[in-house]
Amino acid sequence: MSEGEMARLMEEVEEKKKLIANIRTKPWRMQRRLVVLKEAQEFVDKFEGALGKGKGRKWYAYKVMMMKKWIKFQRDFENFRTACIPWERKIKEVESHFGSSVASYFIFLRWMYGMNLVLFGLTFGLVVIPEVLMGLPYGSIPRKTVPRAEQDTAQDYSVLMDFNGYCKYSVLFYGYYNDQRTVGLLKFRLPLSYLMVGIGSFGYSLMLVIRTMAKNADVGGGDGEEGEFTFAWKMFTSWDYLIGNSETADNKYASITTSFKESIVDEQENQKDENIHLRRFLRVLANFLITCSLGGSGYLIYFVVKRSQEFANRTDLSWYEKNELEIIMSLLGLVCPPLFETIAELEDYHPRIALKWQLGRIFALFLGNLYTFLFALFDEVNTKLEEEESIKNASIWALKEYYANYSRMFNDTDTTPPPMNPADVIRGPCWETAVGIEFVKLTVSDIQVSYLTILIMDFARAVIVRFLNYCWCWDLEAGFPSYGEFDISGNVLGLVFNQGMIWMGAFYAPGLVGINVLRLLSSMYYQCWAVMATNVPHERVFKASKSNNFYMGLLLLILFLSLLPVVYTIMSLPPSFDCGPFSGKNKMYDVVMETIDLDLPAFMGTLFSYAANPGLIIPAVLLAIYYLNSTSEAYQNSNMELKKKMQMVSREGIFSIETPEMRSDPGWMIR
Amino acid sequence: MGNKQTIFTAQQLDAYQDCTYFTRKEILRLFYRYRDLAPQLVPLDYTNHPDVKLPYELIGSMPELKDNPFRQRIAEVFSEDGQGNMTLNDFLDMFSVLSEMAPRDLKAYYAFKIYDFNDDDFICKSDLEKTLNKLTRNELTEDEVRMVCEKVIDEADLDNDGRLSLEDFQHMIVRAPDFLRYRNSDT
Repeated sequence: MSEGEMARLMEEVEEKKKLIANIRTKPWRMQRRLVVLKEAQEFVDKFEGALGKGKGRKWYAYKVMMMKKWIKFQRDFENFRTACIPWERKIKEVESHFGSSVASYFIFLRWMYGMNLVLFGLTFGLVVIPEVLMGLPYGSIPRKTVPRAEQDTAQDYSVLMDFNGYCKYSVLFYGYYNDQRTVGLLKFRLPLSYLMVGIGSFGYSLMLVIRTMAKNADVGGGDGEEGEFTFAWKMFTSWDYLIGNSETADNKYASITTSFKESIVDEQENQKDENIHLRRFLRVLANFLITCSLGGSGYLIYFVVKRSQEFANRTDLSWYEKNELEIIMSLLGLVCPPLFETIAELEDYHPRIALKWQLGRIFALFLGNLYTFLFALFDEVNTKLEEEESIKNASIWALKEYYANYSRMFNDTDTTPPPMNPADVIRGPCWETAVGIEFVKLTVSDIQVSYLTILIMDFARAVIVRFLNYCWCWDLEAGFPSYGEFDISGNVLGLVFNQGMIWMGAFYAPGLVGINVLRLLSSMYYQCWAVMATNVPHERVFKASKSNNFYMGLLLLILFLSLLPVVYTIMSLPPSFDCGPFSGKNKMYDVVMETIDLDLPAFMGTLFSYAANPGLIIPAVLLAIYYLNSTSEAYQNSNMELKKKMQMVSREGIFSIETPEMRSDPGWMIR
Repeated sequence: MGNKQTIFTAQQLDAYQDCTYFTRKEILRLFYRYRDLAPQLVPLDYTNHPDVKLPYELIGSMPELKDNPFRQRIAEVFSEDGQGNMTLNDFLDMFSVLSEMAPRDLKAYYAFKIYDFNDDDFICKSDLEKTLNKLTRNELTEDEVRMVCEKVIDEADLDNDGRLSLEDFQHMIVRAPDFLRYRNSDT
């Protein structure tokens, strides 16, 4: 054979070998593939001779097996990771029936639960456990014992429910903790740890919220869906071909239908064209009305607070006058949100945007409530601080008297008398514990109110509508009152404000975080059940905004608001003289100074005193902010550029989808 | 199982391994699944290529397919007679393409055929309407169905002939993030 013919033959053999290797990727019928394969193999056998026919095959089979094992491992690991996320299936069920906006509330709830769990771990592990294990037991020192006067009623249910009695003198509250600088064998510095955990909780929450916001901003951001092929992808890729279970299939059908409905709503909003001027006028009118009502409620709260201060001086109050403040605040909280919603119908926004406006407005309303609560609390704290002075003097006097009595009774002035029975020592007012009790009572009543509301407004309503419908003149299910829809804005705000209360109160009541963890856990199950059993989907199902940064933004604001009171008390208010881990100090942060002086080497002390100079800190912080701002702007710009480039490339079709084989082989389409 | 099976000749098994994405063990396991659908119809000896076809009803009742809204189209696309009655070759072919080892282009090609209900090599409006109704179990109103189908044609039709050709479909599906995943149902 000539050279040219040899070369051509080698080429053909190579081609046939490639064909054999790739024959499974060809979209032919199996019969045709088998036939073509046989021909190609015979050709190769004839002309290749004994050139290691079977050698490549074993290696290839081994490679394929390893790759399959790896893919299976990856799949199992992904399944395991998804299975570890708690309540995922519950939330997916809610999502498939009620849409992604309702599900976003539950995802937010789950995230909160995670954060609270970490805060609980910190508090419990670094403050409560050391005090319980290594500190003095109950009854050994005055701050840990119920006073003699209260001992009769200390076990009563009503007293315990008010968090007095045994509850008050337990690890739940600030007052129980001892101010010994170190406890136990390990020389654990409890007061320092208490302060650090308090500040660290805020630091951790801040870090977590900001990190979540940054992560959400990565994922697309923006309200609308920017994909090129939204509907096409939904239609052709939404079904999961791996589903083999009828219940899963049912959920999948529901979620696909809901998802289509959401996209249709989005699309219809884009297509609406209307009278711009009328719309603008109506929106301005609506905002004006709502600002008026917000101003009205603010003034009402101010007026009622002033009246309650007057009432504090009188003693002949009727039941209404005693509880006027709480009644007015609850009424406002119940009446205003539906009022805002009705006025907002004038505005005619996309449901997602309308939800944001509603959230913002109710937030402004609730800030009024918060302001009143803090106002009342600070009043109480100031009164207690004044009381302290007189009680301090009284208790020192009582101790002197006790010693005098003792030595007189036993005619002995040399031996030291045993210490006074802890229950008899005159106790200071301990304003921190009082504040802690207020927060705990508020949280507990909040829990009770929210659970009752769900029970009555959703469950009882559903039961009545369902069963009374049989014997009622008009159709209860279609007309008034029908079944309730899930109130996203109310629930989200409830969660955000509750977390604010926890942040504020955790410093004065370490047990509060534990209570909150239990509350979130039971809430998840209770609300999931309530939603599935008693609510109907919104009339216009809408997609949650991709970023969910709006909830996070609210949370961040509340975090700052709750940080301020705590920082103020740590820096300015003197701690109680006889209760809590900072008793006896001038200011709470003196613990840190003490630690630096006594525990750290000398040069660290001087270093800190230089570094704590405001003239140094303020420029450094400003510089850092400026630097971070400019880098983030630069990243955003480069992101935009890359996105534009990608769009340009995809439009010019540089990606070719047909493989070369498909294009060169004319018979690739089966007839 | 070992090496002592008598269902296929060694060459047959090797040929199947070359023509599908399955290993020897998987091919035998699939054969047993095929046989379990109708043990009296399927012989245990395939060395002389018996001509056995299982009717669509049996294929459609497999647990992997019975919940899939497109099972009838899948069976029709992969069967030789176009009616859904499958021989063993068709059966192996179908699962090979549906398996996770099959590449995206191959799946896209067959996906196009599956969604093309009237077999005219184009996905036209009526095909889209049928797909959508199967996906939502007829829960959407007629207006909504019409709107969605118009939007799909708007988005994906590149050559502006009012229907999707194979190129249009592939161009759109190749970019879809959800087309190929190794996890169980997300949304």
